[in-house]
Amino acid sequence: MSETQHDAALYKAPVIAQEGPSSWLVYTTGLVLALILTATSFWVANTAVLWEPGIPLGLAVLAIAQMGVHLVFFLHITTGPDNTNNVLALAFGVLIVFLVVAGSLWIMADLNGSMMPLQPMNLRMQH
Amino acid sequence: MNIAAEIRDVAPETLTEVRPTATEAGPAPKRVVVGYGFWIFLLSDIVMFAALFAAYAVLVRATAGGPAGPQLFNQVSVAIETACLLASSYTCGLMSLAVNSRRRGAFYLAAVITFVLGAAFLAFEIREFADMIARGATPQSSAFLSAFFTLVGCHGLHVTGGLVWLLVMMAQVAVKGLRPVVERRLLCFSLFWHALDIVWVALFTVVYLMGVRP
Repeated sequence: MSETQHDAALYKAPVIAQEGPSSWLVYTTGLVLALILTATSFWVANTAVLWEPGIPLGLAVLAIAQMGVHLVFFLHITTGPDNTNNVLALAFGVLIVFLVVAGSLWIMADLNGSMMPLQPMNLRMQH
Repeated sequence: MNIAAEIRDVAPETLTEVRPTATEAGPAPKRVVVGYGFWIFLLSDIVMFAALFAAYAVLVRATAGGPAGPQLFNQVSVAIETACLLASSYTCGLMSLAVNSRRRGAFYLAAVITFVLGAAFLAFEIREFADMIARGATPQSSAFLSAFFTLVGCHGLHVTGGLVWLLVMMAQVAVKGLRPVVERRLLCFSLFWHALDIVWVALFTVVYLMGVRP
């Protein structure tokens, strides 16, 4: 970018000088990546080509990748020094989300396992 | 490699002058503080969604003899909803670019497109819910359906709230102009809208894509 162009850009956008014309490119890259990942997710869920038991894991990986794309390209979470607090808060949020979801599933699966012998008996009592 | 050599050659005083550390830079600009506070709120909102996701994942097999996911979910409708929300997230990003460069016309255009796409998402979701209820899959018919309507409905309510917020922000820009306080509210709105799209990514994967598999 030449000197005069740079000055003109600064004059037009005094608030956020560091966001130049490339921010449009950032959002568009994010959109393209998200579209690719979404389309892959829908394809994986409907195809018969892939190994059946691996599909939920593959879908989870694709979803997490797409969330990462949204965080980086849409929410602008970076590793820059001005973003440390945001990243720390995000890390704490992810920890809580993981504990709530994995903990609930683990405990409830465990309880279901303990309940197993009861289910046939209940059914017999009902019939 | 050249850059590394250059950095080594620069005296330490010059480096601190170029990029001050957090303590030397003084208080953060209000825009950064507001964004951080709203980011904390969004994370707490996501934690609430995590609780609903956990409830759904635990109850997904508890259909009580009623219909399960594969009989109820229509993937075409879900794909259209996903496309609408993703596109509206993109136009919301273009909207904040327009705000940053103070192009009012571009702001209104992007805001209206974002609103229309969000409303289309909501319309498809309401049609899907109405269709399910018409087929007897009401929220009270099984634990699976209670959890489904709570989780997806909660996201839909967030989208509804976001649409109302967007209308209010368009009115504020029209009346008050792009003054700093309105700009910060628009920043919070775009954070909210992008976070809703992140929740939807988890939602369509866990509920719809994993749910249609027997």
